[in-house]
Amino acid sequence: MSNDGGEVVPGREEAGYDASTARSGGFRKGAFGVSGSGDTSGFGGLVRVEPGGAVALHSTDRPYGGYFDEVTDALIEAVGEATFAAAVYRVLVDRGEITYFVAREHLLTLVQALRDDDALRFELCSSVSGVDYLDSGGPVATPDRPRLHVVYHLTSMTYRRRIRLEVAVTAEDAHVPSVTGIYPTADWHERETWDMFGIVFDGHPALTRILMPDDWDGHPQRKDYPLGGVPVEYHGATIPPPDTRRAYR
Amino acid sequence: MSTIYNEADPYAGSRETTEGRVYTVTGGDWDLTFADPHGEERLVVNMGPQHPSTHGVLRLILDLEGETVTKARVTIGYLHTGIEKNTEYRNWTQGTTFVTRMDYLAPLYNEAAYCMAVEKLLGIEIPQRAATIRVLVMEINRIASHLVGLATGGMELGALTAMTNGFREREMCLDLLEEITGLRMNHAYIRPGGLAQDLPEGAVEHIREFLAVMPKRVADYHRMLTGQPIWQRRLKDVGYLDVTGCLALGVTGPVLRSAGLPWDLRKTEPYLGYETYDFEVPTADTADAWGRYLVRMAEINESLKLIAQALDRLEPGPVMVEDRKIAWPAQLSLGADGMGNSLDHVRHIMGQSMEALIHHFKLVTEGFRVPAGQVYVPIESPRGELGYHVVSDGSTRPWRVHVRDPSFVNLQATAAMSEGGMIADVIAAIASIDPVMGGVDR
Repeated sequence: MSNDGGEVVPGREEAGYDASTARSGGFRKGAFGVSGSGDTSGFGGLVRVEPGGAVALHSTDRPYGGYFDEVTDALIEAVGEATFAAAVYRVLVDRGEITYFVAREHLLTLVQALRDDDALRFELCSSVSGVDYLDSGGPVATPDRPRLHVVYHLTSMTYRRRIRLEVAVTAEDAHVPSVTGIYPTADWHERETWDMFGIVFDGHPALTRILMPDDWDGHPQRKDYPLGGVPVEYHGATIPPPDTRRAYR
Repeated sequence: MSTIYNEADPYAGSRETTEGRVYTVTGGDWDLTFADPHGEERLVVNMGPQHPSTHGVLRLILDLEGETVTKARVTIGYLHTGIEKNTEYRNWTQGTTFVTRMDYLAPLYNEAAYCMAVEKLLGIEIPQRAATIRVLVMEINRIASHLVGLATGGMELGALTAMTNGFREREMCLDLLEEITGLRMNHAYIRPGGLAQDLPEGAVEHIREFLAVMPKRVADYHRMLTGQPIWQRRLKDVGYLDVTGCLALGVTGPVLRSAGLPWDLRKTEPYLGYETYDFEVPTADTADAWGRYLVRMAEINESLKLIAQALDRLEPGPVMVEDRKIAWPAQLSLGADGMGNSLDHVRHIMGQSMEALIHHFKLVTEGFRVPAGQVYVPIESPRGELGYHVVSDGSTRPWRVHVRDPSFVNLQATAAMSEGGMIADVIAAIASIDPVMGGVDR
């Protein structure tokens, strides 16, 4: 959307961009999201380096602060150090919230421990949803940096804590194990995420569409889902789809 | 969808034509579809999506044996409008006008949770007066929402006076909200950084009049309904769901509290200064529709207490953050012709300051940028945990707004609440969940 991929953009070095330390390496060109046309706005030469794209790529160092260290220690104790190291490849603390980035093979082990361990007790699965990070300000989504993320928000009513788990998969292999066996409430959440993002939850009892009609093609909340324009009855004019309209980015 | 699915679907065979796929509904295959190996009398009844008793555009597919429901399946999606996707193509301030249309009986909760998420991403704190007014309008909204729950629930059970009375008192709430925000519903009153405008003159007095009248009306409800044998027998032991069931199914709000767990985010994870207010979290121990009715009635009283406290602590001050890079530039004021922009502001930008005009234009057309990252902000809506998962990629528009709507989650409990009961009790059970389909389908 805003990233031109491999194109070398002048001004990156000048603006202090450093791929090794920048959180995502996002940068923007121009004020409007148009490309391929003449620079009518006069903003075409503008290059801005964003402090961080949507996908932050760094990991927070211990101590995390607050209850996050306690939760992490309890989780390591519950599943074992080796499993934890294999399962959680990144931990991010941002704006007072903790996110564990989880490899999908170990998701169920982790979630089971999070629900059942006495020191964790995340009884409530508040929300499961998807995010499509295709071309999101940061680097272009690639197989080793998958675009589709499944986000789980877990709540511990006993300890009054909240954590977030995030599983990333590619669009070509969009399979994540279903947590409905552990949290039955995830049933409709996972159906909605399948419906909107086309992520398959293996082991879900009946993964059917929930909001869109059963015979719908495509998954509407993916970022590359084509958006319709509106035909106007005036000299064949149309209102272009919202993602192709001129807009500030 | 793949054709495999349709081949397996006995309801709709299909064939490909040059005009696209054509579906054939053949019918007459009931023996095949519902072959009953046990030779029992099974009747499948489709109820809704257009049905006066399903609490909105909700479709139920009920397997019946006599009048007993053996299986209840729920179909939703009839009110899906793609609001989440729409917000991705509007700037952050415009998002308020979209999310307020989700759970349309609790619009101010949607606005507040969305704005709190944006503010958390921005890392800003709103002025004290704005926080107090947010509490004030949200609690008025909670009363209105519970009254609609009571009114429509009563109507679905045949208690039409509950309906007319409920809507009568709700009208008082809507009049107040109209006076404060300018609109009865879908207010777009709470904005990132504060509020669209301050309380108008006379609003505080009118709210106090409402506070004086309302306790008597609540007592009237108790006189009319609580002691009434028909009302009791329609609700007691109906739609049973205990705490274990609630947690497994993710059910929160009055349904969870009716099972005895005093889980209310205003107490357990306070926001907007709720920890400084004096109020109780009503619970019941019956875990049925009757308990939910009592919890909602008690919550109306608690909301009245909260409104009175919010009024008492209103101090003069700004209702929007000082940062002019975020605060909406147009100052609304009531002109001779009704609503309008402040003439002073128009005079300032049109006649005095070119920079102010540019700034106004930039902020309104382009909007402000929100630092990249993601947050999840849960608040206690009248129906339970309303959570906003908002992702920013650092631009002037949300990258993703996901709403954890309590109605959507709570509605999953329909089967657990109604299977094994009578068909008439399905209506009472769903009414006791009080789902709002605008929120369920989004």
